[in-house]
Amino acid sequence: MRRPVSDFPGGLHLPGHKKRSTQTPIRKTPLSKQLILPLQQHIGEAAMPIVAVGDTVLKGQRIARADGHVSVCLHAPSSGTITAIEERPIPHPSGLSAPCIILETDGEETWIERHPIRDFLQHSAHELRQLIRDAGIVGLGGAGFPSFIKLNPGIHHHVDTLLINGAECEPYITCDAMLMRERAEGVLDGIEIMRHALSARDVLIAIEDNKPEAITAMQLALGSRQSLADADIVVVPTRYPTGGEKQLIQVVTGKEVPSHGLPIDIGVVCHNPATAYAIGRAVIHGEPLISRIVTVTGTDVTHAGNFETLFGTPIKALLEYCQTRRQPDEPFIQGGPMMGYSLAGDELPVTKTANCILVGVDEAAQTSEPLPCIRCGDCASVCPASLLPQQLYWHARAKEFDQTRDYKLFDCIECGCCDYVCPSKIPLVSYFRFAKTEIMNQERERNKADHARERYESRLARQERERLEKEQRQAQRKAALAASKKAAAAKADRQEAPVPPAKKPDIAKEGQ
Amino acid sequence: MTSFKFSPPFLTGANRVTLQMVQVIIALIPAIIALVFYFGYGVLIQIILALVTALLTEAAMLKLRNRPLKPFLSDGSAAVTAVLLAVAIPPLSPWWLTVLGVSFALIFAKHLYGGLGYNPFNPAMIGYVLLLISFPLEMTTWLPVSSLASQVPDFKMAAELIFTGQWQGQGVDALSGATPLDQMKTQIGLMRSPEYVSSQPLFGMFGGLGWEWINIWFAIGGIWLLYRRVISWHVPVALLGSLFLISTVVWIVAPQVSGSPLFHLFSGGTMLGAFFIATDPVSGSTTLKGRLVFGAGAGLLIYLIRIWGGYPDAVAFSVIIMNMLVPLIDYYTQPRVYGAR
Repeated sequence: MRRPVSDFPGGLHLPGHKKRSTQTPIRKTPLSKQLILPLQQHIGEAAMPIVAVGDTVLKGQRIARADGHVSVCLHAPSSGTITAIEERPIPHPSGLSAPCIILETDGEETWIERHPIRDFLQHSAHELRQLIRDAGIVGLGGAGFPSFIKLNPGIHHHVDTLLINGAECEPYITCDAMLMRERAEGVLDGIEIMRHALSARDVLIAIEDNKPEAITAMQLALGSRQSLADADIVVVPTRYPTGGEKQLIQVVTGKEVPSHGLPIDIGVVCHNPATAYAIGRAVIHGEPLISRIVTVTGTDVTHAGNFETLFGTPIKALLEYCQTRRQPDEPFIQGGPMMGYSLAGDELPVTKTANCILVGVDEAAQTSEPLPCIRCGDCASVCPASLLPQQLYWHARAKEFDQTRDYKLFDCIECGCCDYVCPSKIPLVSYFRFAKTEIMNQERERNKADHARERYESRLARQERERLEKEQRQAQRKAALAASKKAAAAKADRQEAPVPPAKKPDIAKEGQ
Repeated sequence: MTSFKFSPPFLTGANRVTLQMVQVIIALIPAIIALVFYFGYGVLIQIILALVTALLTEAAMLKLRNRPLKPFLSDGSAAVTAVLLAVAIPPLSPWWLTVLGVSFALIFAKHLYGGLGYNPFNPAMIGYVLLLISFPLEMTTWLPVSSLASQVPDFKMAAELIFTGQWQGQGVDALSGATPLDQMKTQIGLMRSPEYVSSQPLFGMFGGLGWEWINIWFAIGGIWLLYRRVISWHVPVALLGSLFLISTVVWIVAPQVSGSPLFHLFSGGTMLGAFFIATDPVSGSTTLKGRLVFGAGAGLLIYLIRIWGGYPDAVAFSVIIMNMLVPLIDYYTQPRVYGAR
């Protein structure tokens, strides 16, 4: 067993509350009558529907194709009929609606013909990536970045380490832990495929030491697998946010991902165990990504646990299945209590990024008015990125965005540690998000303005060119005229009126 | 669940501003008891007077500034300012001195800058410096410790002296004498050696008589604050370290200049300054490296002003001067951010 070689600054020891949802094995959520499938369940471009209303589809059938480079396909989680393609509310912090495919299930669960690939080593990395993209696989840790892109290191990078992030450091969430406990073999299948696609030298599986069962299960599975004999399980200390990609890399390798860089810049590729499992299912069993394991837990959930849930299942059905004491309009949290976001309506579907539904947390954050910052520096002492949150806060509040950049706003990973310890209860992370959004908006505006200016300047240049050409033509015409005058000197010439000068562009109209 | 936050994180720690302020006051209690023991009940009367003035001033200022009263009156910050100033003022000072100092501190050094969290200077020290500059006589009429005093004022006598300036025909000045720091400075000015000066009855084992114990109790309270993580070790360690270092160097190189390093650590406001004044988060540096710089600078200035300045003690001036440098210190002591080269 490899020891962690390093540590990261700051962080918090939070109560885990993990027992609540690990008392029962993973269960399957019953099939819903209706599945709501947002076309965008990943970072990047939304998928393009390739079915029409009225079509009947089979379980696992592709119903939307990837559109653009950063995009993946979408599949029918069950067999049935497409009844609508329309805007529906989707799980999003701002409660917005987006295009969804609505599938009325027939209860038959009839699969498409599957094409399992046992000997994936015979396939090229490119083929495997294509397959993973076609299977609709995205990072299941909660971010939803298309996995095939992270499996493509490019010719300029060499992958030293494939790091499996089984830290799962947020309180309450246990879906990865339960997956590793119950389906360790499946996770290893995926790890083998990823390693092959990346030509990675080392494989490290990092698990926090508060999950002894998951560690044992993974060790057991690893011990009986010759092809991964050199892979290591790294037991990391339980501390939030160890599962932050950058923090985990720092703990396990002692190296830091460069600011504005990617883990691949230091030869590391990081994937989540659930993503690995999904890749194994897709390649070895020919099953596209149509379900995931969701932790349903919280102080207001009677039968907390982990549920294998088809995408599109209304969260309401899931919550009813676990029995909650939630009032109809009471918000719940998707994700963890530190970095998740609150949702109100429960008609929202379970999507690829829904790792946890949390109803009620202990010591829930108070909504009381924050007191002024007293510059105690507690926030800086827990920041895992070594930022100075209170300086960022002052400048974000004053909308001094240049200064927020001086203080490295964009290195903030929004883990919420500063917010948690602030004695004045200032919602620091909200201020940082506000500042980031504002800066990005300003940048977009500036780009737009730059674009408009370029257009305006090229128009000026064109007008100038046209004017010169016109003058040239006139001069030629005059010369020709003069020549003809000479030829017919007797004839009076009155036909040539002076040409008015080229009209100047109206700057007021063109501006912005 | 009655309240719900709509943005992450949805968990929160127990830490609160009020709790921190209350702990600071609790940490001052041992030293306050020691002060009462050595200088009588005048100390307590000054503290109560300061607290009442502080609450009234705070309420009036909040009202004028149109701010909610309850959250700010109960945050405890005004009380901390009041107590810190009260323990720094001579125990039998006239009542108006305390009232003026505390109200000036809260009005000018705190609320005119925007209230809690916005003051660039430590309010208690601004109040102290105002009094020291404006009323040097009243501010230096300290009592001798009770064992040396001809008469130890009881509660009634102290109250009369504070509120009327007279007790049975005698004024406060009849009871007062020089402080050890005062004595050291003037006697060295008269070409006496520090050893000779510190052999006089005003001096104890290594600091001023009584003062050394008061300093020890301030330090114990401060260490409790460290243990409770209300303050970090950086400022006290840097301040005491730099004061110790420079006084040792001078002590070795030129022993006739000043008292011993221990004398400087355990006399006057050293420990109060190191653990309670210079650690004020609002007006101090916030980065860890910055706090080291801040503390070291304050320690150095305390020594320089004590030896070559115009005042016997220098904690207030040193802290205020370092307060001015905080923005500069903070800017140049930012920690290296994750992933930065």
